[in-house]
Amino acid sequence: MSQVTMPAVPAPPHAPSKRALIDSRYVAPIFITCILLVGQLTFGILESYPRTVLAIGTSILAELILGRVFLNKWPHPASAYISGISVGILLRSPAYWPYALCSLISITSKYVLRIKDRHIWNPSNFGVSAMLFLAPATVASLSIQWGNYLLPMVVIWVLGFVIVWRVRRLHITATYVLSFFAFAFLRSWILHEPWQAEVAPITGPMYQLFIFFMITDPKTTVRSKRGQCLVAFLIAVVETVLRFFQSVYAPFYALFIVGPIANAIEIWFDSRRKQTTTAVVAKTA
Amino acid sequence: MKFGLKKFVLILFFIGLLATPAAIRWWTARHNQNAALDPKTALARHGFYFQEVSHASGVNFVHQGPTLDHKLDPIMPEVASMGAAVSIVDFDRDGWPDIYVTNSGEGSKNALFHNNHDGTFTDVAEQMGVADMNRPGTGVSMGAVWGDYDNDGYEDLFLYKWGKPELFHNDHGHGFTRASDTAGLPPWINANTAVWFDYDGDGKLDLFIGGYYSEKIDLWHLQNTEIMPESFEYAKNGGRKYLLRNLGNGKFEDVTDQVGINSHRWALAAAAADLRGTGRPDLFIANDYGVSELYFNDGTRFHEVGEQTGVGFAPKSGMNAAFGDIFNHGQYAVYVSNISENGVLIQGNNLWVPKEGTSGNGLKYENLARDLGVELGGWSFGAQFGDLNNDGNLDLFLTNGYVSLDRNRDYWYDFSKIAGGHTSIISDARNWPAMEGRSLSGYQHKDVWINDGAGHFDNVAQSVGVTDTHDGRSVALVDLWNRGVLDAVVAHQRGPLLIYKNTVEPENKWIAFDLQGSSSNRSAIGAEVTLFWNGQKQVQEVSGGSGFCAQNDRRIHFGLGRDPKVDKAVIRWPSGKTQTLDNVSTDQLYKVQEPL
Repeated sequence: MSQVTMPAVPAPPHAPSKRALIDSRYVAPIFITCILLVGQLTFGILESYPRTVLAIGTSILAELILGRVFLNKWPHPASAYISGISVGILLRSPAYWPYALCSLISITSKYVLRIKDRHIWNPSNFGVSAMLFLAPATVASLSIQWGNYLLPMVVIWVLGFVIVWRVRRLHITATYVLSFFAFAFLRSWILHEPWQAEVAPITGPMYQLFIFFMITDPKTTVRSKRGQCLVAFLIAVVETVLRFFQSVYAPFYALFIVGPIANAIEIWFDSRRKQTTTAVVAKTA
Repeated sequence: MKFGLKKFVLILFFIGLLATPAAIRWWTARHNQNAALDPKTALARHGFYFQEVSHASGVNFVHQGPTLDHKLDPIMPEVASMGAAVSIVDFDRDGWPDIYVTNSGEGSKNALFHNNHDGTFTDVAEQMGVADMNRPGTGVSMGAVWGDYDNDGYEDLFLYKWGKPELFHNDHGHGFTRASDTAGLPPWINANTAVWFDYDGDGKLDLFIGGYYSEKIDLWHLQNTEIMPESFEYAKNGGRKYLLRNLGNGKFEDVTDQVGINSHRWALAAAAADLRGTGRPDLFIANDYGVSELYFNDGTRFHEVGEQTGVGFAPKSGMNAAFGDIFNHGQYAVYVSNISENGVLIQGNNLWVPKEGTSGNGLKYENLARDLGVELGGWSFGAQFGDLNNDGNLDLFLTNGYVSLDRNRDYWYDFSKIAGGHTSIISDARNWPAMEGRSLSGYQHKDVWINDGAGHFDNVAQSVGVTDTHDGRSVALVDLWNRGVLDAVVAHQRGPLLIYKNTVEPENKWIAFDLQGSSSNRSAIGAEVTLFWNGQKQVQEVSGGSGFCAQNDRRIHFGLGRDPKVDKAVIRWPSGKTQTLDNVSTDQLYKVQEPL
C-alpha cells in the first residue's frame, strides 16, 4: 500500500512563507495526524499507540542516519514522520517487530531504489507491500478497522477534497474513481456477482485514504496532468487484473507495480529530452 | 549518490531487511516443532497424549447443519455455520459424567450419551425426552447448559436455539419434563450462548442468554435479506440479551433492563466468574463483530466496564470466553478467540491477564496472548483451560476451522471485499458473493497448548494426537472415566463428535472436587475452590457454561505435578460461607456438601 502522503502545497523549499501560519512542510504531517486521531478516537483503528510510535520513531531515526551517512546532511524529519505514521495506520499486526521492520524497509528503499538520483517507489507503499507479501502470517493491512459507516468517510472526504482541490490533483482522484466503478461493473458482469460486492471496497474508509492521499502522492507521480490521469487509470486496470486473481491487496499491489514503472518511463523521457536539448544546444552553438 | 562501499553495504542491509520475515518464520518454525504422535515420546516429553476413541466408545454422532431460508442459499455454509455444541452433565447422579450434544439440521435429533462406566456410552436422549429438539417451525439447537434450577439435586437442561428456547426439568434422572411454557422464557431467540449463575446470591440459579442474530428474525422465513451485521467490527444490530431471574417456582422474570444490561452486540460466548473477589459472579461476553463486554455485578446491577478494564476497546470477532488461573496466582485470565488468516486478517486471540497490582473495582487487563504463545489459532472457536498433563499448570485446548468445503478454492478474497464495504452493503446478505463450494478457513489443525509454568504455552497438538481437521466449534473438558485425568470432547460443525481420551504420566498427581450446595444453589455453580500446594495456589470455579456453546464437567480438577505437598483446599460457596479442607490427599475425588 502506498504512503498516505498529502500533496504538498507549493512553497519555498526551506523557509516558511512570511504570510503562512505554519511551515508548509508541516501541513502534511498535521493532516495525517488529524486523520489518525479521528480514526483512533472514534474507532480505535490502531493496533496500539506504542506500535505506531515505534513505526514513527524507527522511520525518523532511519531517515536521520541514512541522510547523514549518504547525503551528508540531516534531513528534515517531516517525510519520515509521514512514512512512519502511514506504517502505523496501514499495518495491522499483533507483533511489534513488523512495525519497526516496515519503517526500516520503507526509508531504506528511498536510498537504494533510485534512478537518476530520484526514488521511484513511494517509501511506505514499498514497505507495506513488501511486508504483506513477505510476512502474511504476521501482518495484514488496515481494512475493516474503521467501521463501515458514513461519518469517517465524510471526515476523509472533507480533508481530501480540500487538499487535492487546492493542489489541483482532483483529476487523479476522479480518474481513478471513475475507472474503479467502470471496472467494478465489468467484473460484476463477467463474474456474475452482485455489483454491490464489487463496489463494496470503494465504499469503505480505507479506499478513501487510497484515492485521496495515496495515489496523489506528488513525489511518486508523474508530472503531466494527462500522464497522471493515465497512471491513475492504469492503476485501476492492474487492480482489476489482480482482482481477477483474487488478490486481497489488489489496489496496493497495483500502485506498487504501476507507480515506479510510470516514474521510470518519465525519467527515461526526461533524460532523452535532456540529451536532445543538449545536442541541439551544442549544434546551435 | 555514487556507488561505493557505503552503497554496497546499504544494499546488503536492504536485502537483509527483506529477508528478515523469512528468517523469523524459519526460526519460529524451528522452535515450534510439532511432531506426529508417538505415545511414549509424548508421555516423556509432554506428560500426556490423546487417543480419539469415539467409535470405540459407541459414539457415532455426526452433526447436521441447518438449512435456512433459501434467500440465503448463496452464502448458506457461512451463515448456517454454528450449532455443534457439547455439554457435560451427570444427569442421573450415578457419579459418571454423561455427554449432551446438539444437532442443528431441521428434524435432526440431539443426543444424550449415558456413561456405561465401562468405556462406552449409549444415546438415551430419545427415551429421556431430550432428542427431538429441532422440529421444523421451532428452530434448531445451538447449545445447552445444565443447572439445577429448582434445587432438587438433579441437573436441569436449558437449550438455546435459533428458534424457541426450551427448559427441561430433570425428573430425578429418569426422564425430562418440558417446563418451557410456564417458565417465562422469551418466545424466540437466535442465541449462541447461555450461562447458569446465581447473580443475586439468593440460592437459585438465574439464566443469562446472549442473542446473536436479532430475535425479531425467523431465519427460515425472512422478510428480507438485511440480517447481516452492519459492520464487521462495530456492529450493534445483533440480538438482545436476557437476564432471567429465577423466582423459585419454576418461573423466571426478565430483569435485563432492570439490572443494566442493554446490549445488541452479536454475542457468541459468555461466562461468569467472581473476578474481583466480591462473592458475586461477574459476566464476560465475547462478541462477534465488535468489542467484548465485561459486566461487574454488585448483586443487583451490572456495570459494563469493558473499556475501563481494557478488554473492551479493540474490536475483533470474539467467539469464546473461558477463565483460567494460568499463573497460579489466584486470579483468572480470560481467553477470547478471534480470527487469524494468513495474509488477510490477523486479529489474534486475546488472553486477558489481570495487570499486576490491580484488583477489585480497579481491575485492569492486558492482552498477553502473543507473549505467552496462544495468539494465533486460525479461525478460532471454542477453547477451555484445564490441566491436561496434571503438572499443576492449566493448559489450553482450542478448536478452530470455519467452513471446510473445496480444499483448493477459497472464499477469503470475496469475504474481505464485502467486509470492508459500507454498512448498507455488508448488512444485506443479497450483496454477498456466492460461496459456490469454496472453503473459508477450512481444514485447520487444532491447538493444544501446554503451559510450561514459566510464562509460555507450547502447541503440541500433533505430537499428542490431536490431528483432526474438522470444523471445531465446541470443546468440553471432563474426566469421562473417573481416572483423574481430563479428556476432551469436541463437537464439529457438520462433522463427528470426537472423544479424545487422555493418558497422563502417572507420576503426576491430582485432586478433584465434586461440590453440592445447600443454602447455595445445589449445582454449586459459582463455588470457588482455592488449592494450596507446594507454596502455590490455584483457583477454579464451578461453571454454568463457558468456552463456546459448551459446559465442562461440573467437578473441579486440579493437577499437582510430582510429589506434591498439599496444604489445604479452601471452598468459598456462593452463599458466602467458607470451608477449609485440611489433610487432603492426592489422587482423590472429594465429594463436598456445603455445611448448613
